[in-house]
Amino acid sequence: MDFGRISRRHLLQGGAALSLGAAAGLRPAFAAETTIGFIYVGSRDDYGYNQAHAQGAAALKKIPGLKVVEEEKVPETDAVEKTIESMINLDGATLLFPTSFGYYNPHMIKMANKYPKLRFEHCGGLWSDKDPKNAGSYFGYIDEAQYISGIVAGLTSKSSKLGFVAAKPIPQVLRNINAFTLGAKSVNPKATTQVIFTGDWSMPVKEAEATNSLIDQGVDVLTCHVDGPKTMVENAARRGAMVCGYHTNQSALAPKAYLTGAEWNWEALYPKFVKMIAAGEGIPNFYRGGLKEEIVKTSPYGEAVSAEARKAADEAKAKFLSADGFAIFKGGLVDNKGKTVIAAGTDRGQKDPELEKMDYLVEGVLGATS
Amino acid sequence: MADGSIGLWTVPLAVLGGAIRVSTPFLFVSLGECITERSGRINLGLEGTLVMGAMSAYGISYLSGSPWLGVLAAGVTGALLGALHAGICSLPRVNDIAVGIALMLFGTGLAFYLGKPLIEPTAPRLPAIDFGWWSDIPQVRAALRINVMFLIGVALAPILYWAFRTTRWGLLIRTAGESSDAARAMGHSVLLIRLRATMVGGFLAGIGGSFLSLFYPGSWNEGLSSGQGITAVALVIFARWDPMLCLWASLAFGGAAALGPALQSVGVTSGYHLFNAAPYILTLAIMIITCSPKRTLTGAPAELSITR
Repeated sequence: MDFGRISRRHLLQGGAALSLGAAAGLRPAFAAETTIGFIYVGSRDDYGYNQAHAQGAAALKKIPGLKVVEEEKVPETDAVEKTIESMINLDGATLLFPTSFGYYNPHMIKMANKYPKLRFEHCGGLWSDKDPKNAGSYFGYIDEAQYISGIVAGLTSKSSKLGFVAAKPIPQVLRNINAFTLGAKSVNPKATTQVIFTGDWSMPVKEAEATNSLIDQGVDVLTCHVDGPKTMVENAARRGAMVCGYHTNQSALAPKAYLTGAEWNWEALYPKFVKMIAAGEGIPNFYRGGLKEEIVKTSPYGEAVSAEARKAADEAKAKFLSADGFAIFKGGLVDNKGKTVIAAGTDRGQKDPELEKMDYLVEGVLGATS
Repeated sequence: MADGSIGLWTVPLAVLGGAIRVSTPFLFVSLGECITERSGRINLGLEGTLVMGAMSAYGISYLSGSPWLGVLAAGVTGALLGALHAGICSLPRVNDIAVGIALMLFGTGLAFYLGKPLIEPTAPRLPAIDFGWWSDIPQVRAALRINVMFLIGVALAPILYWAFRTTRWGLLIRTAGESSDAARAMGHSVLLIRLRATMVGGFLAGIGGSFLSLFYPGSWNEGLSSGQGITAVALVIFARWDPMLCLWASLAFGGAAALGPALQSVGVTSGYHLFNAAPYILTLAIMIITCSPKRTLTGAPAELSITR
């Protein structure tokens, strides 16, 4: 059966209906049902990474004519291939979002080759020309939002000691740690970030121990990069420390301690993707962006954020949103072992592929990658 | 100190704090399993019981507003799961280890399924008692904020030790564990003794779970246990079926779990994977040191399916 052609026709009809509906002031509707499959590595209400994607999926559910199927807790093994197969063959999914990092190669690539007429969109992978044309990868420069969190943290901390509970020293995590630290140092040169790696994405007891150890060391503002920030946020707030969130907005967990946070904005991106398909232009195979492209956002400021910190953070945000953008990783950058990692004079803009290979911690970070 | 930091003192303090905070679920599960195994049966399903206990405690605490009611609910859930294990095992030719593995998967699966709507809400937590009032160092005070359940667990170990040795019930459980024929000759139903022992074991494991979700780390999510239940079952063998040794082993495991993060926080950053693995290395080391090819494990109940 030719799913691809059917889907394109459906989507084109949907696109026509969309524009007609918009012209007539009606709610846009897809002429026939299009099924979109979402696959999550963990639970979709984890206050974290998977919940952020599920919120994006929920935004798609609101669009008439779209049917969303979801499966959670799919391990990064052959299991994801089986899930993809069943979403295609049983639910008739024509657009798939395997959202976890480890799904990309070989699993999603294999499926994209097997079903060349369907569309596969992976979060976090690095699509290259060698990969199938019906596959794509998208990701957000969430380090921009971490930089803003860093500014707020640097100006809120009394001890100038910040803490970061991290899962594993992979480039995306290191980028967040470094951007957070550089943001803090841009407004508070004395600021340091103590990092603790727990070793895996979901280790609640270790995360709680890490949080307590950091606070014992005098850290008074914490953030994290683990799958579910709930443990860190709640335990830090109980000890009277301030927190910056990650993945989604955790302010409900600790209203007094929550300063701001780096959040994904998938609920803005996914409807955009669907519109691109409906308009017949397709989704670019490699799609990235930050605050300006509305792929990431920052949480609203908490009550503990001073006027000074709000002002500094808003100014930085304006720079990211400006036409020229703003490079976090600028030349003359020294790592915490004293080695120059970016030579003076070279600015590494957000899209620079060198940043995707980051293996260092910048000066001001206390910790090591191995 | 002026900047609120206590430098290298963090490490021993974190290990002490960790021993108190992290050890409680280990303690309850291992004491529970100790009772069950002494009666001659292994319940590997306690990992599932722990997770079910954590989930039901959180749910009941959230719905009723009383964390203590949550603890009770966790215990009852654990006892029911224990009864299920014992019930299935009392059928002829049923392997208790296989049933345990099945119940481990059943318990965690059921808890994840029923616990779905509980991940987001925040339930009332158990209170802590401030034993650090004498100190003006905030870190010490934080480490000594102790939950009463830890104290109950610590008190339970010597009570069990005494009960096994000197009470009629202790003798009955040991008889059932050492020789079911002897127990039967005395006119007791071995199955009934084991049913009760497994239910009590499940009750304690469920309570251990409530500590996870209601005190530390203090919320319900699916990664909450990360294998602590199964570690605690192994810990019983490691502690040679002795409640007092269970206590020390639980404290050591708790402290070891805190070691990795604490060392990183003071700047010992190389090899943190190794330090994170400290509890497992500890187990392995003690197992190797104490094992012998010439005899069976000392203290092992003779009726246990691993020794029989």
